[in-house]
Amino acid sequence: MRRFSGVLPVLALLGGAAVGEPAPEAAKSYGPVQAEVRLTVRGTTDIARFEPVLEKFLARAEGARIEYEQWGSNDLYQATDADCRSGYASADLVISSSIDQQVKLANDGCAASYRSDETTGLAAVSNWRDEVFGITWEPAVIVYNRNMIGDALAPRSRFDLIDLLRPDDSAFRGRIATYDIEVSGLGYLFAFADSQQATTFGRLIEAFGRSGAVATCCSAAIIDGVASGDYLIAYNVLGSYALARADENPDIVVVAPHDYTLVLARAAMIPRHAATPGLAGEFIDFLLSEPGRSALRSANLIVDTSENVHAAMRLPENPEVSLRPIPLSVALLVGLDQHKRREFISRWRAAFPKE
Amino acid sequence: MTDPAVRSRISTSLRFRLAAGIILILAIGGVAVAYAAFAYGRDAAQQSFDRLLVGAASQIAGALRFRDGEVVVDIPISAFELLSLAPRDRVVYGVFGDDGTLITGYDILSPPDGDGIFFTDSFAGETARFVRVTRQFSERSFLGSVDVIIGQTTEARRELAQQVTQNALIAVAAIGVGMAALAALAVQSALSPLHRIERDIAARSSKDLTPVDVNVPQEISSLVHALNRFIARIERHLHVMRTLIADASHQLRTPIAALRAQAELAAEEADQERILKIVGRIHERSRNLSRLTDQLLSHALIIHRADTVDLEAVDLRTVAADAVDQTDQSMPDADRAIRLALPEAPVMCDGDRLSLAEACKNLINNSLKHGKSPVTVFVQGQGGRARIGVRDGGTGFPEAMWQTAGSRFAKDAGVSARGAGLGLAIVNAVSEAHEGQMRIERPSETEFAVFLELPLLPENTE
Repeated sequence: MRRFSGVLPVLALLGGAAVGEPAPEAAKSYGPVQAEVRLTVRGTTDIARFEPVLEKFLARAEGARIEYEQWGSNDLYQATDADCRSGYASADLVISSSIDQQVKLANDGCAASYRSDETTGLAAVSNWRDEVFGITWEPAVIVYNRNMIGDALAPRSRFDLIDLLRPDDSAFRGRIATYDIEVSGLGYLFAFADSQQATTFGRLIEAFGRSGAVATCCSAAIIDGVASGDYLIAYNVLGSYALARADENPDIVVVAPHDYTLVLARAAMIPRHAATPGLAGEFIDFLLSEPGRSALRSANLIVDTSENVHAAMRLPENPEVSLRPIPLSVALLVGLDQHKRREFISRWRAAFPKE
Repeated sequence: MTDPAVRSRISTSLRFRLAAGIILILAIGGVAVAYAAFAYGRDAAQQSFDRLLVGAASQIAGALRFRDGEVVVDIPISAFELLSLAPRDRVVYGVFGDDGTLITGYDILSPPDGDGIFFTDSFAGETARFVRVTRQFSERSFLGSVDVIIGQTTEARRELAQQVTQNALIAVAAIGVGMAALAALAVQSALSPLHRIERDIAARSSKDLTPVDVNVPQEISSLVHALNRFIARIERHLHVMRTLIADASHQLRTPIAALRAQAELAAEEADQERILKIVGRIHERSRNLSRLTDQLLSHALIIHRADTVDLEAVDLRTVAADAVDQTDQSMPDADRAIRLALPEAPVMCDGDRLSLAEACKNLINNSLKHGKSPVTVFVQGQGGRARIGVRDGGTGFPEAMWQTAGSRFAKDAGVSARGAGLGLAIVNAVSEAHEGQMRIERPSETEFAVFLELPLLPENTE
């Protein structure tokens, strides 16, 4: 009998940093030590940012203890996939910004189904098979430092960005940063989604290549570079991180491009063999309920894009048209295909040669 | 109140039988349609989603390229968007080289054997439908085929099949309810004429024997006709009875009173000779009374038989012979005076032998009494008419009386000394019962004939 049970072998090579056993980057426990109910949550979100959300939930679920582990997205995917095939789940809930990997896990039968009033109320793009749920609202944004660029010069769209980069003597040469898609799963996801959204993507890559744009790792490092003035503009940064930094540093300006703005909804999934799927479901319901959403909003994980709540945020003129959530669907599997990924990265690499 | 015997004859209600029939038909039809809808829904869903699968696989196969002697698979995103039209179904895919090695996708151990385009297998514990699209290559660097295999779980198919089936069943149920309602209305309206007839009869007074006159459809009109024939028969019977009683009371009272008077006279008479004379008169009167009684009963009997006795083929010659045989032998020179004029061939007609003979006897008696010799009983059959009757050598009664000769007691004098005048009335009644008529003719000055003219049976017309 043939069985389709394999994983994409190439995925094991995703993110060269992962060597040996996948392991959490950090972990923290909340609630009483003697608690009878324990919920193990694994996520890609920093502990510090997620903590208020967890505490708010804990205040409602009395007597429960939550173990939160912060993971890198590729490690988290591999650990969850290995759990799935071993028939034992070490986590009760997995929340990852690599929504393509989450969809793949569900596609491979690694997710448990969960239905409640809250999940059925979700839009179709935020609920796949009642197994993967989009719980946040984080636009992919352009970030600049208002001390370095005047508001008049600042790009409001990708067209502006391309125009800024066009002159050979452009001041932006070598001072534009974006994710290194080979290292960052999120960067790859955004770039791949960009390639499907518009023909601008080809011109943008070409402009990045000509102007010597920098592809580097991690939201934090990129935004640090903008804050310090090393980079003038950061492209495709996760808006939630940028806004969190803007709260501390008023010079940081966050632009949701008005040609289109990709919106990521972090995906939550209950592993099939989870020990306490009921409590995990309650946590999902909490995240989707108004108190949970308010906690996520405070943590900038839900970015209010309907009105000018954030002083540092430049919203597109027509949010309904410009904001494009990345739907949870099987189409996300295409980006994970070995050949597709190889082809896409080689195209990217042509613009960002490794030094 | 219903007689228990009548009640037991009532079979299952028409409504119940119709309802049972309709329910049976609807149930059988419903099951058949449900099965057909299920099969149709399943096939429709299978076909629709199979096309999506083939479409997706063909798109991937069409996007295969060669670079440096190696197959490059550039999966178009639209292929998977096509598959995501089944929004909840999981997808598994693989692209395999000529030797069965995986080029990209899920690590299927080996591509399936055989040439089937579609096959069913399981994927991560769920049933999945697979399609294989093979693309042949004849490149300088690669000669052979590449298989694109895509599988998808079957949730959307099942849902669509269920939806199609469900919609069909809802439609069938609605039609069924509509048909049942229409059938109930149809039954109600079909049975309503019966209720009208029932109301018409129930509303009648006990003396009302007029025909039922209710507007009824064709199917029930025969019932109403039968009912009306039945009512008419009852009416005729009652009429006969009434006539008999009226005649008896009217016609018998006088002769009986006369008899009594004669008897009283005799009782008071001392003279032997006069007593004998009176007795002679009493004898004659009582003979007349006996004849009158006979005729009254005979008339009633004939009319009664006309309604109750089925007609049969009768040879009028034998009727005539019987009549002559049975003629009252007490009449002076009766048998000697009667002649028979019969044809060689039988003269057949539909009739009641007894009534016809009775009519014939009455005619013979009339001729013997009132006519002159020779008295001839004749039978003729020609021109589609059969005739049986009597002719004599007298002049008969005046022509002015011919019209009313057939009615009872036509002679104004009422009961004559020797006859009650019922004879021709009986003949007339028999003629009418046989769909014929009584005819009176005077062929010559010395001949007078009275006969019944009846329809001749067709076999004998040839």
